Amino acid sequence: MVEFFQNLLGHDLGYVIGYVIKALVVIIPLTLVVAYVTLAERRILGFMHARIGANRVGPFGLFQPFADLLKFVFKEIITPTKASSGVFYLAPAVILICALATWAVVPFAPDLYFTNVNAGILYVTAISSLGIYGIILAGWAGNSKYSFLGGIRATAQMISYELAMGFGIVGVLMVSGSLSFIDIVNDQAIGKMHGSLLSWNWLPMFPLFLIYLISGVAETNRAPFDVCEGESEIVAGFHVEYSGTPFALFMLAEYASMILVSTLTTIMFLGGWLSPFPTTWGVLGTASMAWLVVKVLILLFGFIWYRASFPRYRYDQIMRLGWKVFLPITLVWIFVLGAWMVSPLSIWNY
Amino acid sequence: MISFKKFIKTFFLTELLKGLALTWKVMLRPKPTIFYPEEKTPISPRFRALHALRRYPNGEERCIGCKLCEAICPAVAITIDIHERDDGTRRTTRYDIDLTKCIFCGFCEEACPVDAIVETPIHEYHGEKRGDLFYTKEMLLAIGDKYEGIIAKAKEADHKYR
Repeated sequence: MVEFFQNLLGHDLGYVIGYVIKALVVIIPLTLVVAYVTLAERRILGFMHARIGANRVGPFGLFQPFADLLKFVFKEIITPTKASSGVFYLAPAVILICALATWAVVPFAPDLYFTNVNAGILYVTAISSLGIYGIILAGWAGNSKYSFLGGIRATAQMISYELAMGFGIVGVLMVSGSLSFIDIVNDQAIGKMHGSLLSWNWLPMFPLFLIYLISGVAETNRAPFDVCEGESEIVAGFHVEYSGTPFALFMLAEYASMILVSTLTTIMFLGGWLSPFPTTWGVLGTASMAWLVVKVLILLFGFIWYRASFPRYRYDQIMRLGWKVFLPITLVWIFVLGAWMVSPLSIWNY
Repeated sequence: MISFKKFIKTFFLTELLKGLALTWKVMLRPKPTIFYPEEKTPISPRFRALHALRRYPNGEERCIGCKLCEAICPAVAITIDIHERDDGTRRTTRYDIDLTKCIFCGFCEEACPVDAIVETPIHEYHGEKRGDLFYTKEMLLAIGDKYEGIIAKAKEADHKYR
């Protein structure tokens, strides 16, 4: 595609425009998915509460996200008098940029990606760590005690759970020996179980998989780890002072990072675009982007399901869980994994 | 032993899985929600809502201005003025019900010796400005004329228990 624009518009201009369009091809569907995840969340939460949920706008409420968006856009943007306005408007931008920038290296199929970076995992962990700054800045710049508390909570929580997540990633790196997402997925296709559901990383690394999944929920500040929003204690946490479009950006970023965590879990532990069925099963056995989408949607359903099921953790319990439970378990399992890999029982010598 | 059990419970996330199973079950349960303007729940013939003044089949209004309803009304929502007609019968010149005062107790209906004032099951009405819910004799008679079918049916359904 970039070559096409380079031929059409000359080398430099074509390069820029080609990549901008390529980025839009990723970002626009992502935004649409975000819009419909918000709707799905409202409907599924409703069903789990024994009610119906948003179903008034369009058939089955399908135009509800656009109604919400219009409402956000037409609301007045209020800047608190004592807020430091520069940082106040920088924060949502930082969060959104970080939430979208990570998608640059995420592959959707073996030959479908924005860029194929050979250290994709490092890039993703780095950028998603930067996203914390957005929350800190938002909490600080609002100049309100609620948003400040929310910002502090978010910071400590995200830093703690990044460790557990990092060790989950280390386990994956140990068995695949590569930092590239495409290699990680392809390595799950081979092995003793002949590329079926059982050869994916989730089974030999089950504790790491579970911890990565739970830390992912904590990392995106979703219930039951949503103390930094904590409606019942600190109103809306770090984004309490935001209204209108900046608030919509926070929502967009939250849901985009939810989808990102689901996609990363799928790629690293659930075999990405690989089919759960044997390759002899025709269409069902073919690896394709559809499988990635199905797996991601299942994980996203999980996010909503946890929110409907679990009460919010107390803050000290969150810290205890991160440092005293998850971190030791991941460390132990990394040692177990290492011993397993060098032992004759290893399932990874291919 | 107890701590070992607790350890197993914690590490296999049993309580969390139980919680998830519960929300899953609720999700698949049929929902009791009624989509109100499109769907309506059945209403008892005894339902007490908007008032109406009825007439006899020959068109004569039933109300004889005895003021029993005015006397019994606990919210003092009814105001009646009467005069005697040339044929010697009593009729009202004024019969106002202030629906913003009315508590819909149904005493007026029970007190009425000629079944003139009734409460119909019509509960979907509204006022848009101050005074819209102050119903005069003409309005009440108009309601009675318009909904006589519904009123007669509701009274018929309930008459054996009265």
